Amino acid sequence: MSRRRIEVLLHALPAWLVPLCLLGSVEIAMRVSGIQSDGLALPSQIAGALVAAIADGEIFLRTAETIGAISLGVPVGGMLGLLLGVWLGLSPRAARLASLSIELFRPIPPVAVIPLMMLIYGLGIRMEASIVAFACFWPTLLLSRDAVLGVEPRLIEVARMLGLSYRKQITKIALPAALPRIFTAVRLTLGIALIVAVTTEIAANPFGLGYAIISAGLSLRPEVMYAFLIWLAILGWLLNAGLIALHHRLFGQAYGDVA
Amino acid sequence: MSNWSLRTGSVLVTLSIFLFWQVVTASGLVQPIFLPSPSSTFTNLWQGLTRGDLFGLTAATMERMIYGWMLASLGGILLGAMVGLSPRARYWLTPTLELLRPLPASTLLPVGIALFGLQPGMLLGIIAFGAVWPVLLPTIHGFSAIDPRLREVARNLGIGPLAFAIKFGLPNALPDVVAGMRLSLTACLIITVVGEMITAQEGLGATIMMAARSFRSVDLYTGIILLGVVGAINNTLLGFIERALMPWRAGRS
Repeated sequence: MSRRRIEVLLHALPAWLVPLCLLGSVEIAMRVSGIQSDGLALPSQIAGALVAAIADGEIFLRTAETIGAISLGVPVGGMLGLLLGVWLGLSPRAARLASLSIELFRPIPPVAVIPLMMLIYGLGIRMEASIVAFACFWPTLLLSRDAVLGVEPRLIEVARMLGLSYRKQITKIALPAALPRIFTAVRLTLGIALIVAVTTEIAANPFGLGYAIISAGLSLRPEVMYAFLIWLAILGWLLNAGLIALHHRLFGQAYGDVA
Repeated sequence: MSNWSLRTGSVLVTLSIFLFWQVVTASGLVQPIFLPSPSSTFTNLWQGLTRGDLFGLTAATMERMIYGWMLASLGGILLGAMVGLSPRARYWLTPTLELLRPLPASTLLPVGIALFGLQPGMLLGIIAFGAVWPVLLPTIHGFSAIDPRLREVARNLGIGPLAFAIKFGLPNALPDVVAGMRLSLTACLIITVVGEMITAQEGLGATIMMAARSFRSVDLYTGIILLGVVGAINNTLLGFIERALMPWRAGRS
């Protein structure tokens, strides 16, 4: 870590005390007022529940279930979206021909297929993975199409002038040039996949982190519910930060625009 | 190929998808319990719309979505403007916001149920709270990224903080705000549908869940189509708002 980054972190340090102070005052207020609620838990109880869930391994089991569904669904939906997206990006004619179909089918919210996949597969990992795949298909399709469309047209012209075959135009020119933006598409897609997987678990599937959250909430164990929520937030944050770091490592600062 | 023939081709591609759907179901390759034929699905859709009950369900879902979206947009813009215009507020609040942001909005539903029970107002509050982030963060950015020279000009002209927020801040933040509101509306639709599924409040989300549980696949597909229509209406509406609010960006897609 560079000196500059440490300075930035030190500068922001007092502000990070704000959430801690908030938690502390919640703890004190709840203890003093002696409030009883099925939806609230003392921050110290939540911390205890988090430690307990880590200690008995439940949290890792639940996380593994959710990640398992994601790692089945993302490659399927992502690869289909990527292939179709790159093709549509390379061929303006194909893009025009597919435009109406995309406009018609794309607005279907991914959560609307939860009951459909439940009907087809029942409950379990296949149903969840197929919803994740559906949810990942559209953003990768559109983002990878735009990534290829964003490739400097002169590069493609040069490739044509040099008489490269169509396949070589794709593998040597278009894909490498579009790669940083495709990687960004992958990062965004993984974020969506985590959200969709957890949402599926909350809405229907007795499986993974989402189910842990809603079943704890419904069985009046709010401290467990909040513990899993915090874990999920950490997980989402780590996923995003890790992928941004990987993006910088792979493509360097030249592509600073990762948002 | 000319513009016209490409457009016709685009329609033909879509029609052939529906034709393929019809052929697959008619040939008996897929059981109608999993994939009903398009003709029965669209007949059901037409009957439901003419009878009027599907209109009511769609309206219930849209109403919830729109109210949640308006609350989220209003809250996001007001809070975002205050945080964005004050460097001090930004400094103290950024870590807290960063910690809250990565939570998927749907995870707030169990919290809302545990805290407030299954009230209609609870669902609306969760929709608004979950959809506030896509508006809040870009608004903060838009209001904080005002050219320092504009600040100096405003100070020299004796413009007060409120007038500065409206005359300088808002136009500067508008592209970010509108882009955020677009994401927010998508989030609202998703949280609304999931919320209806869990709490079984009247709407398309609860309807398709019930249809799936009782193996009424025609009703299920009808509901999914209607949700797609709601999504498409949202996109069109926001495209319209974007063009109306920011005519100078109309040329860019």
